Amino acid sequence: MPGITREEVAHLARLARLELKPEELEHFAGQLDDIIGAVARVSEVADQDVPPTSHPLPLTNVMRADEVRPSLTPEQALSGAPAQEQQRFKVPQILGED
Amino acid sequence: MTTTTDLVSYEDALASYDPVMGLEVHVELGTKTKMFCGCSTELGQDANTQTCPTCLGMPGALPVVNAIGIESAIKIGLALNCEIAEWCRFARKNYFYPDMPKNFQTSQYDEPIAFDGYLDVQLEDGETFRVQIERAHMEEDTGKSTHVGGATGRIHGASHSLLDYNRAGIPLIEIVTKPIEGAGERAPEVARAYVRELREVIKALGVSEARMEMGQMRCDVNLSLRPHGREKFGTRSETKNVNSLRSVERAARFEIQRHAAVLNGGGTIIQETRHFHEDTGSTTSGRVKEEAEDYRYFPEPDLVPVAPSRAWVEEIRAGLPELPLARRNRLVAEWGITATDMQSILNAGALDLIVATIDAGADAASARKWWMGELARSANESGVALDELAITPAQVARVAELVLKGDLNDKLARQVIEGVLAGEGGPDEVVDKRGLKVVSDDSALGTAVDEAIAGNPGIADKIRGGKVAAAGALVGAVMKATRGQADAARVKELILERLGVSEG
Repeated sequence: MPGITREEVAHLARLARLELKPEELEHFAGQLDDIIGAVARVSEVADQDVPPTSHPLPLTNVMRADEVRPSLTPEQALSGAPAQEQQRFKVPQILGED
Repeated sequence: MTTTTDLVSYEDALASYDPVMGLEVHVELGTKTKMFCGCSTELGQDANTQTCPTCLGMPGALPVVNAIGIESAIKIGLALNCEIAEWCRFARKNYFYPDMPKNFQTSQYDEPIAFDGYLDVQLEDGETFRVQIERAHMEEDTGKSTHVGGATGRIHGASHSLLDYNRAGIPLIEIVTKPIEGAGERAPEVARAYVRELREVIKALGVSEARMEMGQMRCDVNLSLRPHGREKFGTRSETKNVNSLRSVERAARFEIQRHAAVLNGGGTIIQETRHFHEDTGSTTSGRVKEEAEDYRYFPEPDLVPVAPSRAWVEEIRAGLPELPLARRNRLVAEWGITATDMQSILNAGALDLIVATIDAGADAASARKWWMGELARSANESGVALDELAITPAQVARVAELVLKGDLNDKLARQVIEGVLAGEGGPDEVVDKRGLKVVSDDSALGTAVDEAIAGNPGIADKIRGGKVAAAGALVGAVMKATRGQADAARVKELILERLGVSEG
C-alpha cells in the first residue's frame, strides 16, 4: 500500500483551499492513508466481473421534460449570501485569474 | 498592452515549422430550461431571477437531466458522424471559482456521449478538408461575473466581483477535434472553415442559434508547432474564447508567428491559456494550465447513467435534416454555379435568403443576382448583415417577377429595391408611388423617339445609311428623356421603323 505523502496532502489542501498547519499535514496524511487503505480492501473483493458503481440504484435514463418551472425570487436566491450588491452575489476579489 | 510580443513573418514560420491544431467549441443549446433544473434559459433577464436550489448548489438539491439536452447532444454527435455511447455518465469537474456556486461543473470526463467522428469542411477555393472529431460531451455553462473597482471592468485591480447565476447551468455541448495535422499554411483557414461549418450544422439541426456574437458558440484554439519532419507534437498554447470566425483565423495565425519566434530564439513554449484581443489580433498570457488531475474528476453520484437505446438513436438519425455541406453541393449543381461562387454566397450570409427567394417564386439566377449584387452592396454600405435589411425574400422575388414580366427593367428594379429598403412599402407600392413602370406604349414613346431623331440628325442619317448599330445612341437619348422608364427593345424597334430600316 503506497502511503499518502505529506506533499500530497498539501497539494489537496491547496486545491480545496484549506489552510493546514504543518502538524495537521502529518496528522491528515496518516488518517487519509487509513481511509484509502480501508477503501482499497473493496477492490480485493471486487474482481473484474464487478463493474465500478457510481450510483446505488440500478437506474438509467432518468430525464425530465424541457418545461420551465418557477425559479426562486432574487430575494430568496440571495437570502443566504454573505454579501450582495446590485441583486448579485458579492464575492471577494479574485486573484490569479483573468 | 504594455508588452509587445516577438513575431516572425507567417511565411518564415511556415518554412520552418508544421502547425498542429486542436479546436474546442462550446455550443449553448437553445433549450427552454437549464441542463439539470427547470429554470428558464431566456437571455437578458434581471440578475438572479432564473435560479433555484439546484443551480445554486444548495445542499440536498438534486439535479435531473433535461431530455432535450440529451437529444440535442445525440443529434450533434450523429451530424458529426460520431458513434453514440451506449452508456455514459456525468462527472464532477471540481474547482474553486465563484462562477459556479457548486464548486464543481457537471460535465463528462472519460465517457462522452459522442465520439470518433469527422466533419468535412470547405475552404475558400472549394477544396474539402476532413477534420476528425474526438468527442462531443455534455456540460453546463457558468454564471456571469462583473468585476468592480478595476479599470474598465477587468479583474486586475478589482476590489470585488458580482455574480449573476442566470447562465449557470444552461446546457453546453463541447465539441473537441482530434489534432488537426497536414493543413500546413492553410491551418488558420481550416480553423475558420471548421468553426463555420460546425455553426452551419448546429443551426441546421435547430439545437441552437449558434450566434457567436451572443456567446452562444465559443471557440478555444489549441496550437503547437513542430519542426518539419518531426512526428512528436510541440508544446501547445490554448487561446480561450475566440468569439468570431475572423478571430479564429487571426488567433491561429498569430500563435503560429509567436510560437515560431519563441522556438527560433531557442526558447520553449509554456503550456498556458492565452487571451485573444480583438482590437490588435494578438494574444496575451493567461494562466498556466492546471493539470487535468487537479480537477479531481469523479462520476457524478446525483445523476444516473445515460444509456440511449439504439432504437432512439436510429429514430433521431432518421429525423436529421439535410446537412449544410450536402445541401450546398446540391444547390451548386442545381444552380449551375461553381464552388467558389457558393463560398462567396456563404461568406455574404446570403444562402438562406437566396433559397427563400427561390421558394417565393424567383428563378435562381435572379435571386442570386439581387442578393449578391444590389442588396449586398446596400448592406455593406449601411454596415448591417444581409438578413437585417428591410426587405424580405418574398419582396425580392416580386421584384424579380416584375422584371421577368417586362414591367421593370434592371434600372427601375434597383429603384424599387431602394424604395423598399427606405420603408416606402412593398415593391408594388413603390412602383405605384414612384411611377416606375416600364413604358412600352407606342404613343407614349413615339414623341420621345421623334424628338431623339430630330435632335440627332447626324446619327439618324447614319442609321438610314444602314449603320444599324448607331441606333444605340438614339435609344440612349430616349432612355434619358424618359428617366430610364422606356422599354429599350421597343424603343429600338420604333427608331428603326421610323427611319425605314430593318434589323439584320
